[in-house]
Amino acid sequence: MLRLEARAEPSQLMSYASPLLAIVLMLIGGLILFYALGKDPVEGFRIFFISPLSDIYGVSELFLKATPLMLVAIGLAVGFRANVWNIGAEGQYIMGGVAASAVALYFYEAEGPHILFLMVLAGSVGGMLWASVPAFLKTRFNTNEILVSLMLVYVAQLAVSWLVHGPMMDPDGFNFPQSRMFEESALLPMLVEGTRLNAAFLFALSALVVGYVFMYRSFFGFQMQVAGNARDAARYAGFSAKRMVWIGLLSGGGMAGIAGMSEVAGPMGQITEHVSNNYGFAGIIVAFVARLNPVGIFFASLLMALLYLGGEQAQQYMNLPSSISNVFQGMLLLFLLGSDVFINYRLAWKRG
Amino acid sequence: MSIDLIESILFATIIAGTPLIIVALGQLIAEKSGVLNLGAEGMMAMGAIAGFAVTFHTGNPWLGVLAGMVAGALMSLLFAIVVLTLMGNQVASGLALSIFGVGLSAFVGKPYESEILETVGTLPIPLLADLPIIGGPIFNQQPLVYLSWAILAGVAWFLYKSRPGLLLRAVGESPSSAHSIGYPVIRIRYMATLFGGAMAGIGGSFLSVFYTPLWVEGMVAGRGWIAIALVVFATWRPFRVMVGAYLFGGVMVAQLFVQGSGLEINIPSQFLSSLPYLATIIVLVIISRDQNTVRLNAPVSLGQPYRPDA
Repeated sequence: MLRLEARAEPSQLMSYASPLLAIVLMLIGGLILFYALGKDPVEGFRIFFISPLSDIYGVSELFLKATPLMLVAIGLAVGFRANVWNIGAEGQYIMGGVAASAVALYFYEAEGPHILFLMVLAGSVGGMLWASVPAFLKTRFNTNEILVSLMLVYVAQLAVSWLVHGPMMDPDGFNFPQSRMFEESALLPMLVEGTRLNAAFLFALSALVVGYVFMYRSFFGFQMQVAGNARDAARYAGFSAKRMVWIGLLSGGGMAGIAGMSEVAGPMGQITEHVSNNYGFAGIIVAFVARLNPVGIFFASLLMALLYLGGEQAQQYMNLPSSISNVFQGMLLLFLLGSDVFINYRLAWKRG
Repeated sequence: MSIDLIESILFATIIAGTPLIIVALGQLIAEKSGVLNLGAEGMMAMGAIAGFAVTFHTGNPWLGVLAGMVAGALMSLLFAIVVLTLMGNQVASGLALSIFGVGLSAFVGKPYESEILETVGTLPIPLLADLPIIGGPIFNQQPLVYLSWAILAGVAWFLYKSRPGLLLRAVGESPSSAHSIGYPVIRIRYMATLFGGAMAGIGGSFLSVFYTPLWVEGMVAGRGWIAIALVVFATWRPFRVMVGAYLFGGVMVAQLFVQGSGLEINIPSQFLSSLPYLATIIVLVIISRDQNTVRLNAPVSLGQPYRPDA
């Protein structure tokens, strides 16, 4: 009988091979899905994974989509390493977008670089405020942060819906639930002429670097790592668990908020009910697929962004719903978590 | 307030609480065995679309419920393979299952989006249904409401009065002791997880076949997560799950009644719609405030992978 047998040591090779295995399994799953729906799998594969990258514009869109994912994932990874499970980045992202939009609309028709600066600040504060609710309830009342942060996603969605139907609605917008288009001074500058890739991509890259330094080069990052791996050891050493909860949630919330800002001040140029596009949840997948490692987050974000673009292409050319992106994302994470078993175990034949 | 209004509020509250009871009881069994499956939202979504599609094509709502149950169980099987056989992280796997299920349900449900089903009538229980006030809301209900009570009674009996139930609890408290006296920990956890999935599937199909007989993307609307919160709120006790579910049902219904009543109150509808989620947070705070309540009642091995060293 085929059984799992413990390895003497974790396999280095498998820790790199297992994400690749998960990607292959995801592709196979996708082929089966296309086949089951009566679509040509080869054509589906081409549209989903090849055609989005066929020109420079496509590649710039890939980086554009990867930007919020990198921001969300690096912020979350800080908390996940200490087993602080912030599952509500989606809500924090929305509130960051809301706060940044409030600044943009307040300074409507004003000029000056301070507007963008304030928008970034407002975005991160908005996200952090939303994340501080689960942090406060966790540290004060021992309330489960997974459920609280998740419930606040729904509340945030309803809040943005109310805002764009009311206080933030475009006064000349024929009652469409959306804000005014932001002025030039409230939009992020473009990086490459003729594309939509904007300065937020640089935020994301710097966030990855800062995240790396914090995680691997700071004493506090070390403490959080210890807390994640061995809670009792961390308590014994006197590391404050409450502080870790706060830092874990605030970093996730702040980064998600900046991601929300980068979306309203970037490709959207306004705020609507659909500000999020599920980036908050996809960012969680990115963080896990990347094993909470900043370099990994860079590549996993690009992969996840490709799944978004592929989904859009499939919607356009194959008349498939855009939710197919979520199907692929969910499959990828499930397969990865499953394949990771081979880091510590191997398959072996055994009698009986 | 007129008697009629009280009756209809009570009736609607019980219906709104029913899917929560069914789903939460399924989760409760899984959690008692030590498995935390955060995929309830995705399993419910798949149950909802499977139930809707089968009912739509066959015209038989019971086949729909059966299909929902099978869909939920299949989803939980996927989860079980990842976390039980392959020892994946339960929190992350459950979340992946939710994202996958919600996405897949939207995907396969696309062709059904503008369709509606025939409304399934209530099933009056002879004599009892004629009682004043409670007769209508309690004894002239949707068939699945009665089923939810049967499941509640069954789960309570199983956990506290039956031998396999004792075994299940033992596995959740200490898998290594259960294993050392010769019980198949992994197999028991598989069965508990599948039960949780099947119940989530039934709960989902209740939404799309009975509650609002139509399919809309995202119609589960966080009920899977609320059901998971309910289990914590109920401190892993079946009867408290029912109490909590009706409380939530009441909050959901109150919001609809206020919106539908035409009362001149200046509250945005979005605020009213957010009440169930805010209520979830509040009850979680109340129940978790005393650290010991949750710690003493939660199954000790909840969320921990286990591998018997054969």
